[in-house]
Amino acid sequence: MAAPIVAATGIHKHFGALHVLKNVDLLVAERELVFVIGPSGSGKSTLLRCLNRLEEPSGGSIIVDGIDMLARSTDINKARQRIGMVFQQFNLYPHMTALGNVMLALRKVQGKDKTEAEARARAALARVDLADRAEHFPGQLSGGQQQRVAIARAIALEPRVMLFDEPTSALDPELVGGVLQAMRELRESGMTMVVVSHEMAFARAAADRVVFMADGQVVEQGPPASVFGNPQHERTRAFIGQIERH
Amino acid sequence: MTSWDRFTDSFFNARVAAEYLPKIIDGFWLTIALALCIIATGLTAGLALAVIRSFSIRPLNWLIIFVVDLFRALPPLVIIALLYFGLPSAGLTMDGFTATWLSLSFVLMAFTEEIFWAGITAVPRGQWEAARSTGLGFLPTLGHVVLPQAIRMTIPPLTNRTIAITKGTALGSVVAVSEILGAAQAGVSFSFNPTPLTLGALAYVVLFVPVVIFGRWIETRFAWKR
Amino acid sequence: MQDFLNAFFSLDIISQAWPILLQGFWVTLWLSALVIPLGLISGTVLALLSTVRSRWVAWPLWAWVDFFRAIPPLVLLVFIYAGLPFAGFEVSAVGAVALGFFLNTGAYYGEILRAGIESVPRGQLEAARSTGLTRWQAMQHVILPQAVRNVLPDLISNTLEVVKLTSIASVVALPELLFQARQAQSVTYNASPIMAAAIIYFILLWPVVRLLSRLENRQLAARR
Repeated sequence: MAAPIVAATGIHKHFGALHVLKNVDLLVAERELVFVIGPSGSGKSTLLRCLNRLEEPSGGSIIVDGIDMLARSTDINKARQRIGMVFQQFNLYPHMTALGNVMLALRKVQGKDKTEAEARARAALARVDLADRAEHFPGQLSGGQQQRVAIARAIALEPRVMLFDEPTSALDPELVGGVLQAMRELRESGMTMVVVSHEMAFARAAADRVVFMADGQVVEQGPPASVFGNPQHERTRAFIGQIERH
Repeated sequence: MTSWDRFTDSFFNARVAAEYLPKIIDGFWLTIALALCIIATGLTAGLALAVIRSFSIRPLNWLIIFVVDLFRALPPLVIIALLYFGLPSAGLTMDGFTATWLSLSFVLMAFTEEIFWAGITAVPRGQWEAARSTGLGFLPTLGHVVLPQAIRMTIPPLTNRTIAITKGTALGSVVAVSEILGAAQAGVSFSFNPTPLTLGALAYVVLFVPVVIFGRWIETRFAWKR
Repeated sequence: MQDFLNAFFSLDIISQAWPILLQGFWVTLWLSALVIPLGLISGTVLALLSTVRSRWVAWPLWAWVDFFRAIPPLVLLVFIYAGLPFAGFEVSAVGAVALGFFLNTGAYYGEILRAGIESVPRGQLEAARSTGLTRWQAMQHVILPQAVRNVLPDLISNTLEVVKLTSIASVVALPELLFQARQAQSVTYNASPIMAAAIIYFILLWPVVRLLSRLENRQLAARR
């Protein structure tokens, strides 16, 4: 494996007395798509949120694109531009149009002037197939469209890595397809992606590697064919059996 | 004289009305000036306190909460009395206008802080996280993402509270401010006729009925929809 | 600094004024006990009237409520106390305060209760009526209890304002707390009695303010 673009090693996270991440390692190579699965409460979302320090790890080290995310000297706001994040609940700003949502960080973080920010924002919206919805407010868009705007908001900053935190869990089934399509195109363009999700079919088709977590630890990982087809651990087998039955 | 004539002669006496109308109109403008001063200082100070509170600096927050509680618990007239009648015994004099303006500004500040703070905390955590994940710092997130949503939510309660507190300008009459009520009361005691009070009440209706209706409109216009 | 303490916190003067301050405090309490129920009664009637879907009720009701919300309570009180005698109605200070609060705070309680009634889903009334309850029974047993619970923080908040507002009774020489403090202050030329009154108000009402803060936060948390 080439030098990883994301190197999280020995991550611990405590919430009070709760030990939700226990010495977790996660290495992601450039252009790799890593799928993180596991039962709820396994710590997979927390791990993802540690990577851009929305959650402060209690211990360990996180290097993303050569930047030590946990170092005091690191400008976290600068570092976060290289890590896009998409949330389960979209978290679009309801008082701004789709275009405004995408433009905000371009202008206020990257300091682009209005014309350039708008051009980039429109290009990002076009990439998720929403060029014609730029002037709509989130409340006027379907859940699937909102999530694609959220993807555009993240990719407009030209991140090196994209994090997806259960991007389709809050969507009605018929709206999932559009979001997965946007993710697939992103993948084809060579984006490095870490995805926490239950979309097993998507994982099988698109993931390079599947990481199975349980009880705050990585239990098993490997190519989707082997993790899904021939799981080595009892817990993995149980979990996959349960998912497949649905 | 029939009793109806006596009634109209008392409350709608044209001669008295003509004589005291200019004074009431002066009072009308003074009430507006006082109200605008209170709104400007009260809202600004309240917003500033809410923003400071969002920095979560413990001792500072306790102080803010105490000050807010204090001015929510004290009757405005008591604060006015303290400033106007109390300060002179400490060698400081303050005119009635200043005392009323300061007192009601404190009260509006307290309610504004409370309402803005509630608005800020009502903005979902995901909004902070989304903004921070794109590299926006604390202050830009507060300014561009959180406050616009918080202010929008707080417009209806804030409008109603502001109206209620600016109506307190009438309390100025107790400390010799010749706003509408003060001017009307002076008129009554000079003319021995209550017509100036009728005029005063009318002046308040002219001033505040549109404001109250505006408050109603705001309430439906900005009803919770997200 | 010493001057300041003497002017605002003279224990000597406060202890002299204490008996009449205490009298004033009791008057404030029973005045509150008088005007809060009056306002609630008036407010409940107004809120119930607002459920009548007839413009012959709705328009006068709307005018009534907005009129009394537009007139500052002190103006209303002075008008009743100083104006009505000219029309041949002698009103006592207590009578003027009671009438003024009935009109003013009733309008506010009415608006709050109306919002509460509107917050109860329509299905509740339909379900109650479908079991054979009359309109008034449904109101009394099904709608109003839920309405009150939904707007409880606003009701408490308004009640806090009403208690504070009783201080304007001092203007018509009703010997409540502020009036007595002002009397003591003008006799002693010292602000300590007013300061003492302020502290009494604060001790009396601070728990209510804290409770409100709690309730409001809980409402927000539920909305998140």
